[in-house]
Amino acid sequence: MDLATIVQILDSTMRLATPLLFACLAGLISERAGILDIGLEGKLLIAAFFSAAYAHYTGSAWLGLGVGILASVIFSLVHGLAAITFRGNQLISGVAINFLAAGMTVVVAQSWFQQGGRTPALTSDERFNRLDLPLAGAVQDVPVLGPLYSQILSGHSLLVYLGLLTVPAVWYGLYRTRFGLRLRAVGENPASVDTAGVSVVRLRFMAIVIAGVLCGIGGAYLSTSLSAGFVKDMSAGRGFIALAAMIFAKWRPWPALGAVLLFGMLEAIANRFPSLDLGIVTLPGQFMAALPYILTVVILAGFVGRAVPPRAGGAPYVKER
Amino acid sequence: MNTRAMPRWADVTLVPLISLLIAFALSGLVIMAIGEDPVRAMVLMVRGALGSSYGWGYTLYYTTNFLLTGLAVSIAFQARLFNIGGEGQALVGGLGVALVCLFIPWPNWWTGLVAAIAASALAGAAWAAIPGWLQARRGSHIVITTIMFNFIAFSLLNYMLSHMLRPPNSMDPATARFADALRLRRLADILEPLGIAFSRSGPANVMLFVALAACVLCWALMWRTRLGFEIRAYGHSQPAAHYAGISSVRVVMLAMLISGALAGMMAVNSVMGGPQRLVMNAVEGAGFIGIAVALMGRSHPIGIVPAALLFGFLFQGGSELAIETRIPREMIVIIQALVILFTGALDNMVRSPLEALFMILRRRA
Repeated sequence: MDLATIVQILDSTMRLATPLLFACLAGLISERAGILDIGLEGKLLIAAFFSAAYAHYTGSAWLGLGVGILASVIFSLVHGLAAITFRGNQLISGVAINFLAAGMTVVVAQSWFQQGGRTPALTSDERFNRLDLPLAGAVQDVPVLGPLYSQILSGHSLLVYLGLLTVPAVWYGLYRTRFGLRLRAVGENPASVDTAGVSVVRLRFMAIVIAGVLCGIGGAYLSTSLSAGFVKDMSAGRGFIALAAMIFAKWRPWPALGAVLLFGMLEAIANRFPSLDLGIVTLPGQFMAALPYILTVVILAGFVGRAVPPRAGGAPYVKER
Repeated sequence: MNTRAMPRWADVTLVPLISLLIAFALSGLVIMAIGEDPVRAMVLMVRGALGSSYGWGYTLYYTTNFLLTGLAVSIAFQARLFNIGGEGQALVGGLGVALVCLFIPWPNWWTGLVAAIAASALAGAAWAAIPGWLQARRGSHIVITTIMFNFIAFSLLNYMLSHMLRPPNSMDPATARFADALRLRRLADILEPLGIAFSRSGPANVMLFVALAACVLCWALMWRTRLGFEIRAYGHSQPAAHYAGISSVRVVMLAMLISGALAGMMAVNSVMGGPQRLVMNAVEGAGFIGIAVALMGRSHPIGIVPAALLFGFLFQGGSELAIETRIPREMIVIIQALVILFTGALDNMVRSPLEALFMILRRRA
């Protein structure tokens, strides 16, 4: 493997890790507040559709992004209604949201565009285009650091950099603000937060709305940046891989970045080598396509250490009467 | 929580029915939103699915699929395991059916049927065993692992069909047709000797009776055997089950094996009973519909029978809709999602007002 191939793979790692990163941070915030979110997948998908559809109608990627976020937040609120207000089963609610998104996107896309469940291809104005970081051209010829900066870090869409900035933001929010302290407390021991006179319901709703916004950006990135338009089921299990990355990162923002980069790289390698010749055996394309899913299972099997989830995760909070 | 707030009959019939009505009403709104007439859609669905013995032949064929996948989800639910992997388990079950039917010359259809049931159950159980083991031993989240196994199963099937099982002169990823001797008896063949005329084109077949028998067997297993008691006890309270000396690894593994075997058996109907060869979309989402069926049927082996019939009707009716109107087949996924949402997650929204109503009625009486 030559240097150019490695640079190419790392470059596409950045791009492929971004939707995972948004979904992973969304899941992290939601679960830190004690709400399991299996519905990340559905929120990515619904946001991907609505942002592509509205980017197409309005001609603006930004308006598309806004509508995508709105759709994702609405789905979050449905999850909140079931999981927080009516104290239902959070896993079942998440699964319902995934199916709702899978069905809704195709039915609405068919009704609006009649193209078999996809949106028309987006033109360059309707997408988030590549952005060159300052001095990218100037340092190109510096050995090692040059290609690292100008080819791998530079030249992605704005949303990739937004994702990278979200990591320290989430870290700061969780560990350095009063809101973050309360959020983490509500996921570990909601009764103590309630005793302190802070509303558990309000905090949890805030957490899932933030998760909705992040998923919305991730979904919009899928259809208006990574690809040029929406295709049926385009989230392709990314919401679940993000959950696995979150568990792998033990619910912490910085390790989450590392985990999604790992999964992104795997997808990039699978894309780059449709079938991989290892000398003894040639791995078929179907195996390469399944590789991210297989690695997810391996990581979940905990061969990489013990993961302790927030203690109150999945349990609805019943105020003592 | 006060379980006596509402009579039992109301809990098992009224709550799911009202949830279903809400889900249908919302689906109607979606149909209106895309510019179609929900009443006309309903009429078309009823006519297409129940209006002729041709329609019934398809409705009952899909019902058979959903009976088995619904049972699969139910048994796992009883142990509080959320097996979303029915889709992948059925795909791998389909591989089992295809291997047995293609490579062993069975003398007649029923020996082939018995072998196919055994092979599909084994394959499905094996596919469910890995997530089960990972849950029991390593604590991996079974929802995520079973979903990952769906994706992996799809890749596996894709590989097998395009590299191993595809006939040399064919282009599409599918196996050759099975021998004619392996044609399952259809409902028309069974009903004819009884003097009942039934359409020959509907693919409903003897597997319907196998699936119904599986429901009864599962009921007996869950409520009349020690293992069933252990599974239910584990599902109600893991610490209590542990204290009673019930092994969690054993319960999780057995529940997942039974669940996977049932999901795998569904492939006998959709491969051997349907197109008579294994194709890529042999399962058509039935593994996922099983979740909605199990939730509607309250995870009870008998309760899922009407739920499976309902979804059989919706699935067949939905196909007719896709032909006659501009409503795509994916409409059924929306209905399925809403049913899961209202019967599974928003259960309390329907239950609490009903309970309050029954309390008032009781006080009056």
